[in-house]
Amino acid sequence: MTDKALSITQVIKDRGKTRVLDDITLSLAPGQRVALLGHNGAGKSTLIKSILGLIPIEGGAIRIGDATPGSAQARRETAYLPEAVSFHPALTGREQLTLFAKLSGSKADVPGLLERVGLSDALDRRIGTYSKGMRQRLGLAQVLLGQPKVALLDEPTSGLDPISRQDLYAIIDELAAQGTAVLIASHALTEVEARTDRIAIMRKGQMVADDTLNNLSALAGLPIRLKVRASANPDALAAELGGNRINGASVELLCTPEDKMEALRRIAGLGDAVADVEMTPPKLEDLYRHYAQEDLQ
Amino acid sequence: MTRFLAITRTEMLILRRNRWLLVATLIMVLFALALTFAGSAPTGTLGVDMLTVSVASMTTLSVYLAPLLALMIAFDAIAGDVDRGSLSLLLSYPAGRGEILLGKFTAHLAALAFAMTVGFGTAGAVAAWFGGAGPESLMALARLILTSILLGAVFLALGYLLSAMAKGATAAAGLSAGLWLVFVVLYDLGLLGAVVMDKGGSFTQSVFPWVMVANPADAFRLWNIAATEGVAMASGMTGAAQALPVWAAPASLLIWPVLGFALARAAFRRVEP
Repeated sequence: MTDKALSITQVIKDRGKTRVLDDITLSLAPGQRVALLGHNGAGKSTLIKSILGLIPIEGGAIRIGDATPGSAQARRETAYLPEAVSFHPALTGREQLTLFAKLSGSKADVPGLLERVGLSDALDRRIGTYSKGMRQRLGLAQVLLGQPKVALLDEPTSGLDPISRQDLYAIIDELAAQGTAVLIASHALTEVEARTDRIAIMRKGQMVADDTLNNLSALAGLPIRLKVRASANPDALAAELGGNRINGASVELLCTPEDKMEALRRIAGLGDAVADVEMTPPKLEDLYRHYAQEDLQ
Repeated sequence: MTRFLAITRTEMLILRRNRWLLVATLIMVLFALALTFAGSAPTGTLGVDMLTVSVASMTTLSVYLAPLLALMIAFDAIAGDVDRGSLSLLLSYPAGRGEILLGKFTAHLAALAFAMTVGFGTAGAVAAWFGGAGPESLMALARLILTSILLGAVFLALGYLLSAMAKGATAAAGLSAGLWLVFVVLYDLGLLGAVVMDKGGSFTQSVFPWVMVANPADAFRLWNIAATEGVAMASGMTGAAQALPVWAAPASLLIWPVLGFALARAAFRRVEP
């Protein structure tokens, strides 16, 4: 018995001679939203497909609740949204969703679900006439079928306009509120930042980070960026503070969280020579770069 | 248990929606009617009714058309879903791969059966109306329809096999065309060449009929010809049929769909979406 909705332990997957998943460990509690980040080919989709039992793994273990991937129970309890999902163009949205409802064995309110994702107007139109965003919404509607224990979303925001993205995250929050563990593989860093409980970063088949955003920032020890705008003489200011000159009138300083106050005091001590100070804490993007490209630096 | 029926229903919907069913039925009706009228000339000389002659002509037609129509639906069954990226989603649902394949097979076979029955049925009715028919020739027509459906089933299964093995729907279509050419045209040409080379030796006597009946398309032809004397006379193809036991052709045509489906199932198991 386990209290995890999804647990992945030391999973290994080889494709030919390359190891595409190398000792991956990750677990999701019920109701948790975890972002899975990584560059193309880092192994995100491969990991998701092994959770679904679509591809065999060479080592380690995956459990959905207590079920093994690909078992009847696991298939009932997982929902999946493939990357750039597409359906048979000759079917209507209603027909396609009805098929999925029958396959999942759940009594579903098909029109209601399609309305929930904003497709009520296109209910009886052929999927061939749908835009990419509409197909993505239809894909999302089938995620909501039944009450999955785990939802795996592969690039759910691709092809969606900003408003649809807001809707998407509202739906993800709803899923999480009903106790579904949601794993979101994504490139859209800024959205993920605000909308997930934890962030896992993969690089070349390895899990290089798995923590909350705050903990990751502290762990990475990334510098805080101070942008100081000079009122008259930026060169003198740069010499005084020891930073880099940028865009004509400003100087950029990097400092650790501990040195931040000390640096601010020095800047304040310069009096009239400083016109403005802008402080930027490290963003997810910096963190992502830090973890995902560690070896390149 | 009813999950494969959900797949079947959806596949039927697709076949109706994309006009495949309409076009296939139309092709069958037109070709069958054309052959019935064009082939009605020798009725008097052979002393058989018009339906018998019509069945003989349509047997030859079906050898080409049944595999072709079957492959035309089957090639896309798995490779198409892989191309669209919808197979991984379908497989994440509780339906197993066997159920998915069975669901598609049921729908596709029903569509083929419809096209065959309507096509040959229409032509048969026309022939019977104009040239008369007897119990024997009606049996021959029923046999033609049933065996055509079986032949279609063989090539549906083989089409799935290719669809599972090919990288993409386009490749699957190409492979299917090749398969059709080999089974329907080249196989017979090869055998003909072998018989000519052999000059009536032991190959022609004992091996050749068995090699011939191993091909489902030839088994189909032999079954229809061996069963009715009139059809055999009309098609002038009695030698090979007489050299084999009665059960050989039906056995071949019944074993092939099962074998093909098992192979397709095995190939589908190895597909990583």
